[in-house]
Amino acid sequence: MMNSNKKRLRRSMMFLNCQKPGLIKDPYIYKPDSIMLDLEDAVAEGEKDAARYSLFHALQEIDYHGVERVVRINGLDTPHWREDVRVCVAGGADAIRIPKVESAEDVKRIEAAVEEDEKAFAKEPGSMLLMAALESAMGVMKALDICEASERLFGIALSGGDYTKDLQTVITGGGVELAGARQHMIIAARAAKVQCFDTVYTNLDDMEGFKKEVQMIKMMGFDGKSLVNPRQISIVHDVYTPTEKEIIFSEKIVKEIDEKKAQGIGVFTVDGKMIDIAFYDGAKRVLELAKASGVYKGDM
Amino acid sequence: MINKVGRDIPDEILKETGKEVFQGIYYKNKTEYIKHGPVTRVLMDNESSKLVDSIHDVLVKCGIKDGMTVSFHHHFREGDLVVNMVMEEIHKMGIKDITICASSLGKAHDPLVPMIEDGTITNIQSSGVRGKIGEAISHGKLKGLATMRSHGGRVRALLTGETVVDIAFIGAPTCDDYGNCRGIGGKSDCGVLSYSVVDSNHANKVVAITDCLVPFPNFPAHIEMTRVDYVCVVDAIGQPEKIATGAAKPTTDVRKQMMADYCTKFVTNAPYFKNGFSYQTGVGGASIASTISLTKIMEEKGIKMGFGVGGLTKPMCDLLDKGLVNCLLDTQDFDLDAVESVKNQKHFRISAGMYANPFNKGAFVNKLDYVILAALEVDVNFNCNVVVGSDGIITGAQGGHPDTAAGAKCTIVISPLLQGRIPAICTDVTTVTTPGESVDVVITDYGVAINPLRQDLIEAMKDVEGIPFCTIEELRDMAYAIVGEPEKVEFGDRVVGIIESRDGTIMDVVREIKPFSFTE
Amino acid sequence: MEILKPAAAGTLESSDAMVTVEPGEEGIEFELNSTVIHQYGNEIKKIVMETLERLSVQNAKITVVDKGALNCTLKARVECAVFRANSQKENLPWGGVIQ
Repeated sequence: MMNSNKKRLRRSMMFLNCQKPGLIKDPYIYKPDSIMLDLEDAVAEGEKDAARYSLFHALQEIDYHGVERVVRINGLDTPHWREDVRVCVAGGADAIRIPKVESAEDVKRIEAAVEEDEKAFAKEPGSMLLMAALESAMGVMKALDICEASERLFGIALSGGDYTKDLQTVITGGGVELAGARQHMIIAARAAKVQCFDTVYTNLDDMEGFKKEVQMIKMMGFDGKSLVNPRQISIVHDVYTPTEKEIIFSEKIVKEIDEKKAQGIGVFTVDGKMIDIAFYDGAKRVLELAKASGVYKGDM
Repeated sequence: MINKVGRDIPDEILKETGKEVFQGIYYKNKTEYIKHGPVTRVLMDNESSKLVDSIHDVLVKCGIKDGMTVSFHHHFREGDLVVNMVMEEIHKMGIKDITICASSLGKAHDPLVPMIEDGTITNIQSSGVRGKIGEAISHGKLKGLATMRSHGGRVRALLTGETVVDIAFIGAPTCDDYGNCRGIGGKSDCGVLSYSVVDSNHANKVVAITDCLVPFPNFPAHIEMTRVDYVCVVDAIGQPEKIATGAAKPTTDVRKQMMADYCTKFVTNAPYFKNGFSYQTGVGGASIASTISLTKIMEEKGIKMGFGVGGLTKPMCDLLDKGLVNCLLDTQDFDLDAVESVKNQKHFRISAGMYANPFNKGAFVNKLDYVILAALEVDVNFNCNVVVGSDGIITGAQGGHPDTAAGAKCTIVISPLLQGRIPAICTDVTTVTTPGESVDVVITDYGVAINPLRQDLIEAMKDVEGIPFCTIEELRDMAYAIVGEPEKVEFGDRVVGIIESRDGTIMDVVREIKPFSFTE
Repeated sequence: MEILKPAAAGTLESSDAMVTVEPGEEGIEFELNSTVIHQYGNEIKKIVMETLERLSVQNAKITVVDKGALNCTLKARVECAVFRANSQKENLPWGGVIQ
C-alpha cells in the first residue's frame, strides 16, 4: 500500500543543523512544509555522534505541529550513514534525504537498511519515506532510474553546489549552468510520477533574485525548493499561492467535469476554453495548493 | 498589605516610606496638591559670573554635605560621563549618605558600585539600573532603598516635593556662560534635554556641565539661564559614539518580522486607525520593523498620523519626512537621524513632564491612541515586568512603560514567547511594573492575546485574518509545554527596592537575591 | 555503564549545554552551572540523574554548564558524553536505554 504521505505538499523544505539545539526546537513557527534536519554537511566530522542524540530526542519529544521531518543522512561513501539510518528509523523521522545519489543501487542500499531497521525497532513496514539528492553529472543522468528505484521514494532534489563543481563551473545566479539538470530532472520525476525539488539559494542579501528563481522553477514544474533560511519560506509560499483567477477557473473545471462526466460528455468549454478530462488533476492540484496557502475556503 | 495587582507590600515598607499600596491606575485622578518650589538664590548684580572652574569648586559653592540628594539625566545613555565625574568628586571629598535621583542609570555607571559599598551612595532613585549597580542592589549592598520610577513618576516625585533635589547636574551639549543650555550642537549632541527640565525647575541648586561653551545667548534655550546657578566647563561630558548611534538596520530576524507584521495588522484593524491617530513605539527590532510596515499601509490607505511622541528613531522621523505625520513630540533621541530630525520645524521638544507626568493638568500620554512596548515578562493577568530579570536581579528600567500604557487607548506589548528557556508569558511575573489593567494586547511569535477587559477590541478583531489569536493562558501553556513550568525565583526577606507606581503608590517590592540551592 | 575516561559533549551556545563526565568512585557527583538555575535548577538535576540511571551509570563526576537547554537537549548531551566515555559510537540502543 502506498504511504499516503508520499504526495504531500512540499513547497518549502528547510535545512536545519541537528547540532544546534536553538534551531531545532521550534522551526514550525515559520510554517515550512518540511524541515530537513541535517546530519551531513552542517555537522562537523567529530560531532556526527552528538548530532544523532540531539536528533533522536528532537524526533521523540518535540511537537513539530505537523511539519514533515526529513533527515539528511551522511553519504554512502562515509562511515556514518548506517547509524544515521538506525537513528532515523528508531526516532520516527518521516523521511530520509539520501545525499550524493548516483544510481538506483544507492537508493536500494538505503532501502534495505531501512527495512532491516523497521523490523529491528518494530516500526510499521514502509512507514519511512526516501528522497534522493542528485549532486553529480552521473546522478542527474541516472535521474529516471533513481526515481523508479524504490516505492518509498517520493522525490528527487537537485543539489546545485556539488553538481556545478562536477560540471566544472560555478553557480552564477543566472541559472544557465543548472538549466539542463533542472529540465532533465523534472522530466524524469514526472515520468516516474514522483516529486522534484530545486536546489538551495544561498545569497540571503538578494531576496529579489531568490524570488525570481522561485518563480522560474515553479514555471518549470518543480514541486518546491530546498531552503537555508526561514526568511525564504514566505516568498516560496507566496509564489506558489494560486491567484484568485486561477482558483475560480479551477473550481469551474472541477465542477463542470464532475457534472458532464455524469452526463457522458467528454469535451466542453469553460470561459471560452476547450476543456476535457485531462484538465481535472491540474485543477484539483490548484485547489489543494490554494487550500494549503489559506486562500481557498471552498469544499472542492 | 495586598495591593490591586495582588502583590504583598510589607507593612514596614509602607511605614518606612509613608506610601500607600497601588490601588488602580486612576486612583489619584483629579486629586489636588500644591507644587513644591525650590530654594532660589537670586542674582541681581551685573558683575557675578556663573562660571566655576571645576566640579570640586562647584560642589563647594553648592554646599555639598552628607545626606544630600543629587540629580542627573540620561540623555547621554551609555555614553554618559557626567554622573561618574560628579560622584567621583563627591567620593573624594568624603561625603556620605548621598541619594542619587537619576532619570536612569546604565552600565556606564558601573564605577558607582564601590561608592555604594562604602556608603557614599545610600539611596538610588531611577527609572531603572543595569549592569553592576543592579547586581549590587539585588545583593543588598545599598544601605537604603532603591526606588524605581517611571519617567512620569519621577516628574511627579519632584513636583510634589516627595523628592527634593539639593543639586541638579545637567550635562549640556552646549551652554553659554549664563546657563542657557541646549541639547543640540557640541561634541555630545543628544538632541533634547527633556528629562532635565523638571530638575531645573525644582532643584534647589542647578549646575550646567558642558564641554562646549558657546557665546551668549545660547538660544532658543532648552534649559533657561533663569534656573541655572552655575556653569562648569569640563573636557568631555559624553562619548558621542555611545550617545546616538547610526539607525538600527531593519531586522532580518524572521520572528521579529512576524511579530511586527502581527502588530501592524492589529494596529491597522483597530478602530483608532484613522486620519490623525497618535502613536508611540520603542527601539527594539520588532518595534522598528512594525513602524516600517505601518508606514507602507499608511501610504497605501492614505491615512496620516496626527502625532508621534516619546523616544524617537529613524523610522518615526521618516514619517515626518514623508508627510505622513503632522508632528513629532520628542523626549529622547535614540539615533543620529533623530538628533538630526529634531532641527525640523514640526519636530518639537517636550519635557518629560509634558510627556508623561500623571500629576499635571494632562500629559501627552493621555492623548495616545497606540503605544507599542516590550517586556521581560507578562503574566496571565497582563501584568508586565520590565525591571527585574529572570535571575531576580534588577536589570531594566520602567522608562515610560507604565505612563504610556496607562494613557494609551491601545497598549500593545511585543515579546518573543521564549527567551532561551525562559518563558516571557507566565503565571506570575517576578515583579510587577506595569499593571495588567493598562495592557491591552500581547504579541508573541506564537500567538496574540487580547486582554479580556477589552471586549471592544476582541469584537473589532473578530474577522481579522492573518493574526493567530489565542488567550493569554494558551500562550503561557504553549510556553510551558516547550520549556517546562519554571520554578519561582527564591528571594531573601530583605526588601532592597520598591517599584513605584506612576502615582507614587507602591506597585511591588524587589527583594534581596538568594543563592540557589537544590531542594534535595 | 562505567565512565572509562573523561568525555564531554555539547557547546556553550544559547539553548545548549556542555556536559562533562569523569570517572568517579562513590556515586554521582553533580555540578551545575546554569543561566536559568533559579527556574530550572531542580528540573535539570532531575533529568540528568534520570538519564544516568537509565544508562546505569553509578559512579561518575558530572558537570553541566547549561545555557537554557531544553530537557531533550540535556538528555542528548549526557548520553553522548557517557557513550563517548565508553568509546561507543555505533549500534547504539536507540529507544532502549536511550529514550
